[in-house]
Amino acid sequence: MKNRALLLKFLSALALCIAWEVAGRIPVSYAFPTFLESMGALINMTLDGTLMSAYGETLRPLIIGIVISAIFGVAVGIWVGLSEFFDWLFSPIFIVMQAAPLAALIPLLVLAYGIGLTSKVIVVCIMAMPVIVLNTSGAVKNTPKSLKEMGTSFLASKFEVILRIVIPAASPVIFAGLRLGVSAGFIGAILAELKITPTGVGDIITYSRSIADYASMYAAIFSIIVLSVIFLNLLDKLETVLFRGNQRGYISD
Amino acid sequence: MDTSQTNVIDPKVDKSSNDVAVSVSNLSKNYGEVEALRDMSLEFPRGQLTSLLGPSGCGKTTLLKIIAGLLEPSSGTVRVNGKAVAGPGPDRAFVFQDFALMPWASVIKNVSFGLEMRGVAKNERDEIAANYIAEVGLQGFENSFPHELSGGMRQRVGLARALAVDADVLLMDEPFSAVDEQTRRKFQEDLLELVDSKNKTFIFVTHSIEEAVYVSDQIAILLPRPSRVSEIIRPSNFKEKGADAIRRDSEYLDIVDDIWASLRNYVE
Repeated sequence: MKNRALLLKFLSALALCIAWEVAGRIPVSYAFPTFLESMGALINMTLDGTLMSAYGETLRPLIIGIVISAIFGVAVGIWVGLSEFFDWLFSPIFIVMQAAPLAALIPLLVLAYGIGLTSKVIVVCIMAMPVIVLNTSGAVKNTPKSLKEMGTSFLASKFEVILRIVIPAASPVIFAGLRLGVSAGFIGAILAELKITPTGVGDIITYSRSIADYASMYAAIFSIIVLSVIFLNLLDKLETVLFRGNQRGYISD
Repeated sequence: MDTSQTNVIDPKVDKSSNDVAVSVSNLSKNYGEVEALRDMSLEFPRGQLTSLLGPSGCGKTTLLKIIAGLLEPSSGTVRVNGKAVAGPGPDRAFVFQDFALMPWASVIKNVSFGLEMRGVAKNERDEIAANYIAEVGLQGFENSFPHELSGGMRQRVGLARALAVDADVLLMDEPFSAVDEQTRRKFQEDLLELVDSKNKTFIFVTHSIEEAVYVSDQIAILLPRPSRVSEIIRPSNFKEKGADAIRRDSEYLDIVDDIWASLRNYVE
């Protein structure tokens, strides 16, 4: 069963690579390299260290932003979910954040916070935080009432009810929010590097495009996708370790 | 260490004495404009099972939750063993209609939850929980998860959890309404045995007349709008005849008929 899932994942990745190769060979566009060319460029960049140093740059705002978004996002989300007052106070901010056309706001951020790390971290946060907050608060609000009553009637304190019942009950949706938030954060990090100052992976993309080295450009894009997939899988593992029974579904009948 | 342990905690109560474990006096509960309970008074004898029976909307679950300390009454008091109730306490345990099991926790973790909240050490609470899991007939399922169990088994877990904390009073909110008919019959028979063997006071909410008459020592009939106790029935003769004979006993059948006659006008 597990092998079969793995095999299917592998086949789907293979199909994508073949489609990419075919599309590159037709070619669909002059600016679209084949899969093999891109992989060649990826290997070159890995070997000469370009990729490593680029990720050194890119990962900084990305990881800082994602950690801030995850910690604050979940905390604020729980808070908002537990209190109607904070729901009214905070939810609109995050809904606006989620709906805002970020690319258009970047000049404002640069004006306020300059072109350094701060602006980039903020871009990652704006991308990642709303979905984490909104998912968490929604999940917390929907904690089954009888589970909370169960906690109270078996003498759990308010804090214990939150820690032992509300958070575990909300965890599947919280983790769904984290997954969406992390992928949005990856987009935010690259967006920041394309729109604010070209550094790291954003720099590879911008520079390769300007000299028409499309293979390197797509190699960079490919690498960031692989990295985000690895990151999401690690998140899944974390969820399994923390909340084992949840993975196998809720009692709904 | 094993069974003697639970006996030590168990308060020795003389089952034949008719003292009152839980008393409710002049209880009212309003939800804004809506009057859920008005000036209700009721006594629950120790060591016996009292059913709260009535049509939907008669406030029986509200009353149970006030006794549990989950809801605050608008006025009036609830006393458990003479002490006024101001919230949930170690003297009461609750069995939920929808089981209220934690899906992320194994059976033994669910059963020992109440003990954990009372600060019982891990080894000790696992041992107590394992005993009660065996007592409700779920030996071997300690490490299963709730979704792997049938509805009836889930409620057995809920029952084991309530028994494990060894409270004087067991509050049961339509505990068998979410299980199938055959399981329900088995549960009712087991409940009779439980009332007999434990020195506990049971308060049992149900909307099934047959179930109430079958399991109860005392039945409080509640009527709605505003909720009040209309009648208290104490079946006397058929309890000793054994679980199998009750359903064919003429007193049992008469009481079921009488209750239906008085309730039918209130059922929409």
